[in-house]
Amino acid sequence: MKNFGFYIQPDSQIDFDNNNRNLAALVSQREPSFDWCIGCGTCTATCTAGNFTGFNFRKVALLVHRGENEQALQEVEKCMLCGKCNLACPRGVNTRNVVASIQKIFSRYQNLVY
Amino acid sequence: MKFDLFVLPFTVGLVVMVALLVFKYLKWLKALSREEKEKIKQNVFSFCSLKALKEIFLECLLHRRIFKVNLFLGFMHTSLAFGWFLLIVMGNVESKFFSDVPLNPPYYPIFFRFFEPAPSAFTFSAGFTFFMDFFLLVVLSGVVLAFTKRFYSKMFGMKKTTVMKPGDKFALISLWFIFPLRLLAESFTSGVYGHGGFLTGTVGRFFASFLPVGSLIYPSWWAYSVSLGVFFVALPFSRYMHIPTEALLIFLRQYGLKNGKENGVFSDIEINSCPRCGICIDKCQLASAAHNYSVQSVYFLRSVREKSVEEKVTFDCLLCGRCKEYCPVKIDTISIRQNQRSGYLPDHAEAYNYLKPARAQKADMIYFAGCMTHLTPAIQHSMLKIFRAARENFWFMDEDGSVCCGRPLMMAGKAESAKRLMEHNIAAIKASGAKLLVTSCPICYRVFREEYHLDIKVMHHTQYLLKLINENRVQLSHQDLTVVYHDPCELGRGCGVYEEPRAVLQNIAALLKVKNERDHSLCCGGSLGNLQISTAQRTAVQKDVVARLSVDHPDIIVTACPSCKKTLNIASPVPVKDIAEIFVQSLEQPAVLKHHVFEKEPLQKVKKEEIVVSYSNK
Ligand code: SF4
Ligand code: SF4
Ligand code: SF4
Ligand code: SF4
Ligand code: SF4
Repeated sequence: MKNFGFYIQPDSQIDFDNNNRNLAALVSQREPSFDWCIGCGTCTATCTAGNFTGFNFRKVALLVHRGENEQALQEVEKCMLCGKCNLACPRGVNTRNVVASIQKIFSRYQNLVY
Repeated sequence: MKFDLFVLPFTVGLVVMVALLVFKYLKWLKALSREEKEKIKQNVFSFCSLKALKEIFLECLLHRRIFKVNLFLGFMHTSLAFGWFLLIVMGNVESKFFSDVPLNPPYYPIFFRFFEPAPSAFTFSAGFTFFMDFFLLVVLSGVVLAFTKRFYSKMFGMKKTTVMKPGDKFALISLWFIFPLRLLAESFTSGVYGHGGFLTGTVGRFFASFLPVGSLIYPSWWAYSVSLGVFFVALPFSRYMHIPTEALLIFLRQYGLKNGKENGVFSDIEINSCPRCGICIDKCQLASAAHNYSVQSVYFLRSVREKSVEEKVTFDCLLCGRCKEYCPVKIDTISIRQNQRSGYLPDHAEAYNYLKPARAQKADMIYFAGCMTHLTPAIQHSMLKIFRAARENFWFMDEDGSVCCGRPLMMAGKAESAKRLMEHNIAAIKASGAKLLVTSCPICYRVFREEYHLDIKVMHHTQYLLKLINENRVQLSHQDLTVVYHDPCELGRGCGVYEEPRAVLQNIAALLKVKNERDHSLCCGGSLGNLQISTAQRTAVQKDVVARLSVDHPDIIVTACPSCKKTLNIASPVPVKDIAEIFVQSLEQPAVLKHHVFEKEPLQKVKKEEIVVSYSNK
């Protein structure tokens, strides 16, 4: 790849011994747009469930990337799949499919994600 | 009794097919619920049965609905189905005329020309020969068209035909063989005996001029019998199962049966009634605009039938209902797909226990904007202005954001979770004591109307706006604008609301017709029904819709769904507005502001009487 003189440091925040990054990989596999999220928080500002709880999509994305999977599941169950985040996201992340995928993966391969 | 060994393949095939069909139908009928059986009992000896027979004649034999799609396609289906039907009926009548035995074995009329190669002695024999030849010609023309369609589907108004699996191909090829082989067998026979009609006689004489037709007679009857036998055995396992099943479906539908919240016997019958005609492929925008050719109803139904449904196919659908609208068998593909989605995702209703008891406010009317409207504030603001202009005593239920109506969860197959949200909303709606609920989002409108079982009137804002006009509560000024109206799927095909928005618009602007409107309208691509669609595909659909809506260069594209508005707006050079916005525009014209409605009494103040209601936490 062409090097423009910039350097991107490998992600180190998720390198915790206890965390399992499998979920993040599986989610990206099922919904590639998950990787496009820039954490801008537009989704967070609109979130219907976030109106009642501390839940929002950006937080879930962060948890999943960190491998804090159990907490991610507890959060993601609060989503109402209303689709506001989807419509608002400037990056075109298919947020609803990410939410659905996390729920699906948990119900299928618990051993992989814990 | 006349008999020859070659009739065995046909006879065995027929027996096997009938046995399989009887077994399957009895199993289905037995598995129907008590209610469904009751409905059948009540209606079987009524006009419903006659209506069903009429529909079977029009749709299974004449294929009226396919004619509406394309003339060639209609003729192809009619010539095959009706032609074969007449061939069988006429063949039976002919054999009855000829034979003095009252009951003949089933193969006798089918192989009549073999057993009676020179039936000149009996009455009407010339007439029978002519008509049998004529019907055979009709069927053969259908075969030629069917063959052509495989290679030049464009001639039949179709860009794509169904991609078939080996089983279907096998049945199809055996079907293609049947009639040419019959032609050969009858022609060879006529060639030897010097009889036959305008078709078989001519072809017979032609072959006799250079072929030893005498020795070809027997093998050709064998081949004809084998092709029939193979087709019969393949029928229950292939798409041709639709031939007998569609008739059963029509009867049951006339008796009032329909698909419920779970796929059951009725949906099984629907699935087996799909001939895989492929009409739904081009009509699906995922195919026509986004070039995704694997998720259309024809493939989805086939995979359900073969119990090999893929998650992708189940969820990658806009649930827009276009395929259902064009389907000549009127299969309820949408509810089958939605039901199929249940069970994929965990359905934990308790996850929503974070919801506090609902708050309600006493009012005559409730306005529920809906999640999507909160992302399109212009619609909300317009509605509020309109309510005030009409001096409504209303409660803006989700002013500070609220719980989703539940339909998106239902569409994702999470019925329990959806119910939990619905309970929350129902408690608040009931406690407010309102007599009317108005919503700005067709998604909410549909679920309030169909699933909430409220005992108050539910209206979409297009209907409410028309009500205001009809009751003379507002005065609108006609504007110098040309507009096209985009029917949102959930409002149009979903709830049948086509006239009200148009009636409102005609009071405001010049409404242009568009090609895809009403039942045949396009989906904006932003449907919440599709969980899997990629952004690129969504964009492709959006652009296509905008291009098709703006062919006549309207000043504005008007819609009545916040999601459509937002979705179309992204791709449109033409402004996209909600009907409420242009309604307000025409209210605010100076001429209108002078009208008594605005001058009489001051606006009524909304009573702020707040109540908190609890709901079951089940
Ligand atoms: S709006 Fe889109 S890009 Fe921004 S945080 Fe949410 S999902 Fe990520
Ligand atoms: S779909 Fe879920 S995450 Fe997105 S806005 Fe709605 S409740 Fe929030
Ligand atoms: S679903 Fe309807 S339109 Fe599609 S292939 Fe089957 S019968 Fe034809
Ligand atoms: S509902 Fe719409 S998106 Fe789904 S298969 Fe039918 S036409 Fe295609
Ligand atoms: S947003 Fe409008 S056009 Fe799009 S799916 Fe919904 S109702 Fe259909």
